[in-house]
Amino acid sequence: MEQALFRGRRDRKLADGIAVRLEGIAKRFGDTLAVAGVDLDIRNGEFFSLLGPSGCGKTTLLRMIAGFDEPDEGRILIAGQDMRGVPPYRRPVNTVFQNYALFPHLTVEQNIAFGLRMKRMPKGQISKRVGWALELVNMQGLETRRPHQLSGGQKQRVALARALVNEPEVLLLDEPLSALDLKLRQELRVELMNLQEQLGITFIFVTHDQEEALVMSDRIAVMNRGKVEQVGPAEDVYELPKTPFVAKFLGDSNLIPATALEPRRVRTPLGEFVLDEEDALTPGQEVLLSIRPEKIRLFRDRPSLPNVFQARVDDIIYTGSENQYLLKAGGMTLVTDTLNQDILEPGHDEFTYDETVWVAMTPEKLVVVGEAR
Amino acid sequence: MKRLLAVYSWAILAFLYLPILVIVVLSFNKSRFGVSWTGFTLDWYARLFANERVLEYLANTLIVAVVSTAVSTVIGTLLAIGLVRYGFRLKRFLRYLLYVPVVVPDVVMGISLLLLFDTVRDTIGWPRLSLFTIILAHISFQVAYVTLVVRARLMLLDPALEEAARDLGATDWRTFLEVTLPLISPGVVSGALLAFSLSLDDFVVTFFTSGSGSTTLPLYIYGKVKTGITPDIHALSTLMVGATILILLLGLLFWRKGGTK
Amino acid sequence: MRESASPWQTLQRLLVTVGPGAFWLLVFVLVPSVLILIASLMSRGNFGQLVLPLGLHNYVRFFTEPLFWEIVGRSLWIGFWATVLTVLLGYPLAFYIAGHRHKQVLLLLVIIPFFTNFLIRVYAWIVLLQREGVVNAVITAFGLPSANLFPSTFAVYLATVYTYLPFFVLPLYAAVERIEWNQLEAAYDLGASPVRGFWEAILPQTLPGLLAGFLLTFIPAVGTFVIADLLGGGKITLIGNLIQQQFGAAQNWAFGAAVSMILMSLVLLGLWLYARAQGEKGLDELV
Repeated sequence: MEQALFRGRRDRKLADGIAVRLEGIAKRFGDTLAVAGVDLDIRNGEFFSLLGPSGCGKTTLLRMIAGFDEPDEGRILIAGQDMRGVPPYRRPVNTVFQNYALFPHLTVEQNIAFGLRMKRMPKGQISKRVGWALELVNMQGLETRRPHQLSGGQKQRVALARALVNEPEVLLLDEPLSALDLKLRQELRVELMNLQEQLGITFIFVTHDQEEALVMSDRIAVMNRGKVEQVGPAEDVYELPKTPFVAKFLGDSNLIPATALEPRRVRTPLGEFVLDEEDALTPGQEVLLSIRPEKIRLFRDRPSLPNVFQARVDDIIYTGSENQYLLKAGGMTLVTDTLNQDILEPGHDEFTYDETVWVAMTPEKLVVVGEAR
Repeated sequence: MKRLLAVYSWAILAFLYLPILVIVVLSFNKSRFGVSWTGFTLDWYARLFANERVLEYLANTLIVAVVSTAVSTVIGTLLAIGLVRYGFRLKRFLRYLLYVPVVVPDVVMGISLLLLFDTVRDTIGWPRLSLFTIILAHISFQVAYVTLVVRARLMLLDPALEEAARDLGATDWRTFLEVTLPLISPGVVSGALLAFSLSLDDFVVTFFTSGSGSTTLPLYIYGKVKTGITPDIHALSTLMVGATILILLLGLLFWRKGGTK
Repeated sequence: MRESASPWQTLQRLLVTVGPGAFWLLVFVLVPSVLILIASLMSRGNFGQLVLPLGLHNYVRFFTEPLFWEIVGRSLWIGFWATVLTVLLGYPLAFYIAGHRHKQVLLLLVIIPFFTNFLIRVYAWIVLLQREGVVNAVITAFGLPSANLFPSTFAVYLATVYTYLPFFVLPLYAAVERIEWNQLEAAYDLGASPVRGFWEAILPQTLPGLLAGFLLTFIPAVGTFVIADLLGGGKITLIGNLIQQQFGAAQNWAFGAAVSMILMSLVLLGLWLYARAQGEKGLDELV
């Protein structure tokens, strides 16, 4: 996981005020509870991501903000206004759809002008605004093309321009990059981030791609089964997962069952560990610990560090820039990523299959993610 | 094997066209009786156009086709939209009802409408069998076809397009006018063309729902076949086949232009 | 569409879109169907009109007279064999069209007769088959005696196949277009002979289209009265002719309605069997 990238957004100054407030939102489709009680505050000018696997309710939530679906319970406030009963065409939000939903019978220019035309803006003004929007997304010269003559990336830009030209309070993006290939996706990420910073519009970004969310967002809400599992800045969500789901969904994670012996001391199948938890545990409490693969350190000789134990190298997976070791210890399999260790421990890559190694788990990287079930 | 298939298939296509071709050729044949070629003539066409009754029947046929197509296209398109866009009670029932005119033999369709018109007339003294009843009857089966054709097109339509329009500030009505209708127009046009040719083609339902003074061309041809064919019927048939091909090509052109799919 | 709209708005939209069509279908399809049912239970008046009493007598008459059994049997028989002939002609044709470079053009060639006036197509066969017709002209030119081709059962078969061939080819063609040919390659790869490969890999893929086409041919072939009327020379009575006669010359609407009900139930039986084989989705494929 490229941590450097998402650190860059940590200290962005945001304006005060709430752009979108969700209060106790619930939505049911037939027998399934798509959204099961969500409370969220999304700040003005924030790049906010709804992250989760498919079917977690993130798109439903977005559709309710857009007005395509009405919540069964709860309230949606946009810029302080209750949106109950307000149709999509009267809401101060615009959407970038997953497959762009560009009008195939209209040109690029006509697509972008659509929203302004609906507002009955004078013709001269419309063409000025459309020109501005085309420039914003670098699509000058393609005004008269039709959607089927555009590449995926170009469609994406038109979809963005079509939404942004209306100057919405909030821009809703429903997996806008998922249909593009990797390289284009990475380019457009940067463009989207720059655009958002430049315009200062609140973005609500739905994605199932954790890397995308981590790289781009000011804050992330991780959703699972219609509920928000954790909300916070990208780094917090990644480094300090609060639930096993978050730990597993955002990158790889090793989950270790543990029983508290003392407020900061636990027994695990791998041995007794000390923790750096702020919330002390009650002795006897059964919990789950999480540690990221790249936070596990390996040594040939016993290091003088806390939380060390021995393990056997069960498998080695080469993934280009990284080596993954699968370790067996205490009846468990642990995954490690050796990217960071390259720098710290030269010569570690000599570990071979079936070798016995020393493993160290730094207390501050060992996070309690929930009660063991 | 491939060759055999080709020969077989072209033979079948020849079988499909042979009878029509014979009629076309005979319409230009001088001979009044029999099928031997005695020279080229346009007499039969001239005679056809001089026949005021035929012109009246042609007018009847066209009035029925145009009016019934117009009404059924509007009703059918709206119904298709309703069926695809909204859930409601009785929807399933309505969908089954839609298939009835498609699958019921046209004799049954004809006599059922005859019964309806007869029952209503017995009760309120109106309507007598006329062009009006033929139009009502034609609409009844046309609606089903138009709805099914337009519905097929609508189901290809990404619902996100309509949502996008609403998201961009279009009211329901403007969404329909600016997005839905242009995008389903190939379906609407081909539905209309289908309805039009079904109306032109129909003999059986018309047979049961027409009255005196409401003879259409198919009824006229039927009567002539029963009493004795004359070459001017060949000429009439040739013209009708020509018109059919023209309508079809027009429809094809529009479909190509309107839809890329 | 799941929309944010008040129930009142939704009702309004429903009334505008579904309203007219539903009204039309109810008044001109459902009510007439019910009327047939009622009429079939009534009796014949002195002038052929419908009068009370109600009863099952029309059905009793139909099922107790062998003549009517014969008519139903003949309709099904002719309809079935005409359809089988149509399948034999149309099935290879659909493959040929689908595999042709100019398949759009060939498809148009099938569609044109489909849209050509039904009556003209039937009448063309009279011109071809009658005593002084084209076929006999050709035959006698070779010095052979002229044949009695019209009116005849043969003529009825011929015109029926001719009329409904496009009805069969078009839905089948749609199925042939969707065939995944790599299934045939897979079958060959697994050791199937060409015949076996076709039977196991291709035929099942065309089955929905084949069934739809069969039904679309069979139902009108059983129900038509015009073909038998014109090409059978009034000597071949099918169930459709029987109905037409009751509403025409015989002036017995009540009995005609009963026969219509019986024809309808035959059709529904066919559709039911089809729906069982295809699932409800199959009904859409019919059009």
